[in-house]
Amino acid sequence: MNKLLNWVDDRLPVVDAWNKHIGKYYAPKNFNVWYFFGSLAMLVLVNQLITGIWLTMSYNPTAEGAFASVEYIMRDVQWGWLLRYLHSSGASAFFVVVYCHMFRGLMYGSYKKPRELIWIFGMLIYLILMAEAFMGYLLPWGQMSYWGAQVIVNLFGAIPVIGDDLSLWIRGDYLISGITLNRFFALHVVALPIVLLGLVVLHILALHEVGSNNPDGIDIKKNKDENGNPKDGIPFHPYYTVHDLMGVGVFFFIFFIVVFFFPEGGGLFIEAPNFEPANPLKTPDHIAPVWYFTPFYAMLRAVTVDLFGLDAKFWGVVVMGGAIAILFVLPWLDKSPVRSMRYKGPISKAALTIFVISFVVLGYLGIVPATETRTTVAQILTTFYFLYFILMPFYTRMEKTKPVPERVTG
Amino acid sequence: MKKLIIGLFISVLPALTLAAGASVPLDNMEPDHANKASLQRGAALFTNYCMGCHSMEYARYKRVSDDLGIPADLYEENLIFTGAKIGELMKNSMNKDMAADWFGAPPPDLTLESRLRGEDWIYSYLRGFYKDESRPLGVNNVVFENVGMPHVMADLQGLCAVEPRIGVDASVDPLSGDVRNGEVCPEWETEGSMSSQEFNSAMYDLTNFMSYMGDPVKLERERLGMFALIFVAIFFIFAYLLNREYWKDIH
Repeated sequence: MNKLLNWVDDRLPVVDAWNKHIGKYYAPKNFNVWYFFGSLAMLVLVNQLITGIWLTMSYNPTAEGAFASVEYIMRDVQWGWLLRYLHSSGASAFFVVVYCHMFRGLMYGSYKKPRELIWIFGMLIYLILMAEAFMGYLLPWGQMSYWGAQVIVNLFGAIPVIGDDLSLWIRGDYLISGITLNRFFALHVVALPIVLLGLVVLHILALHEVGSNNPDGIDIKKNKDENGNPKDGIPFHPYYTVHDLMGVGVFFFIFFIVVFFFPEGGGLFIEAPNFEPANPLKTPDHIAPVWYFTPFYAMLRAVTVDLFGLDAKFWGVVVMGGAIAILFVLPWLDKSPVRSMRYKGPISKAALTIFVISFVVLGYLGIVPATETRTTVAQILTTFYFLYFILMPFYTRMEKTKPVPERVTG
Repeated sequence: MKKLIIGLFISVLPALTLAAGASVPLDNMEPDHANKASLQRGAALFTNYCMGCHSMEYARYKRVSDDLGIPADLYEENLIFTGAKIGELMKNSMNKDMAADWFGAPPPDLTLESRLRGEDWIYSYLRGFYKDESRPLGVNNVVFENVGMPHVMADLQGLCAVEPRIGVDASVDPLSGDVRNGEVCPEWETEGSMSSQEFNSAMYDLTNFMSYMGDPVKLERERLGMFALIFVAIFFIFAYLLNREYWKDIH
């Protein structure tokens, strides 16, 4: 066994790679519960890949056969229902863990220097994940699949001059059709997963280059022992592998409650209209995207004024795109001398609280039908969302921060 | 920070109770997929009264026969009218184009109706027909206004002369002690062969059967789910102990 390892290691640096990324990767010893979500995201990614591969074995990517083939998977394929529910609930679980992971980053300043690139790769992962989820949702070819895709693709039509041609190019047809279904299938199962995996590799390589942040936002590499290892660091394996195993247990417990007992997630994970085959001639009463898109959908709907001779819908698209784009520059907006929320001042704490509440309530507003009051609330919350970022250079600079300890506080 | 986190989780909770907002009041129906007698009666009703027009083309006869404990030969003899083999999908012979001419729209496939509209809706709809001469077929429905479907079970239920009370709870008048709104239909145009209670119970069975058809694996899924959760719980105990063992020297 050892000989084989040596033989391989002479030709490929496997021992080196293991040590660099796992065996001798020193992570801060004070990770708290928020640090489970990175490895959980990886777990869900693997779940999506495996169940996805098995689903494609029985799925039929045509407008005529897609809906029936999903029911075939649910009823006639051995364990097909389990594969499908693991995949459909997995999509929602992916966003749950990714949102928690991103919140962790916001809370402890994990995006700040020298981790800007990690944050940017992470944001690209988030962007690709949204595209992946959006295209995947078309595949069951139910009413909400169809009309959700119709609404979102039509958004591109709001762009002046090129809009209509652009949405036509995306659809490949004058309306969502089997042609759209086929290309979304190709992108969903081949192109985007490749990009996603590549970005995940970059995300982790960049992380292991500079080292993990921690709830105190302290640079643990400043305090090293006689062997040159950080005093506050512990090797990822075995300490965090066994630690994450506990997180995996808790995650699977909650995940399986959904998969086995509430696979529709109360209409949030699989929407009821999706049990009716896509019908281009019949629009559902109320079209709502799946829950993980609804904060941005609420921002889109919140924009109701025409400006500079351009339609309100266009500005809605701009706001929606801007809400995601602004996340990319976050590392350069935070001027605070400290990383962690533990040592930032009260304004930063209040700002983050308001930001998260705004995001969650916008998510709710994006699910329910719009009324006048709700639109007003959505407008206010959208403003809060942007103010969190726009005002950040000012409030992080002016507020008084607490002194950061030399060593991690546990 | 802890308070903030708890606050966040609580603020997400209302979103979990969101259901398809029903605009009409409905009667409550709790399906019971373990009640095979009810499911068998429902299957008989569906085959005799619904399947001439409504297919269940995503499901197979064999699965129903197995799950409901109906012997295959009995099933083929009594519950397959199209000459299909028991392993085939539950289609019917209605031509969709012609059906669209007759009813305005072709009768929809009902395999997933219970998941599209919910059991309450089906149970209420089936009992919601009443006489309305202004409609082409002479009937209307309080749950689905101006529906194109005739009242196919009028010989069982009878035909209600006025709008039936669906989604209205019976109450006892405090002064006289009379029960109000006890009956779905206060006034009959023609009487049916079943009493009101019998018909309610028959429609419970039919709805129960449709609920089963929408989600045939539900019982098995929930049974396995318990094992999966027990397994994960035991796994967690070992993961916890392993973690404690490794971490005891880390301070």
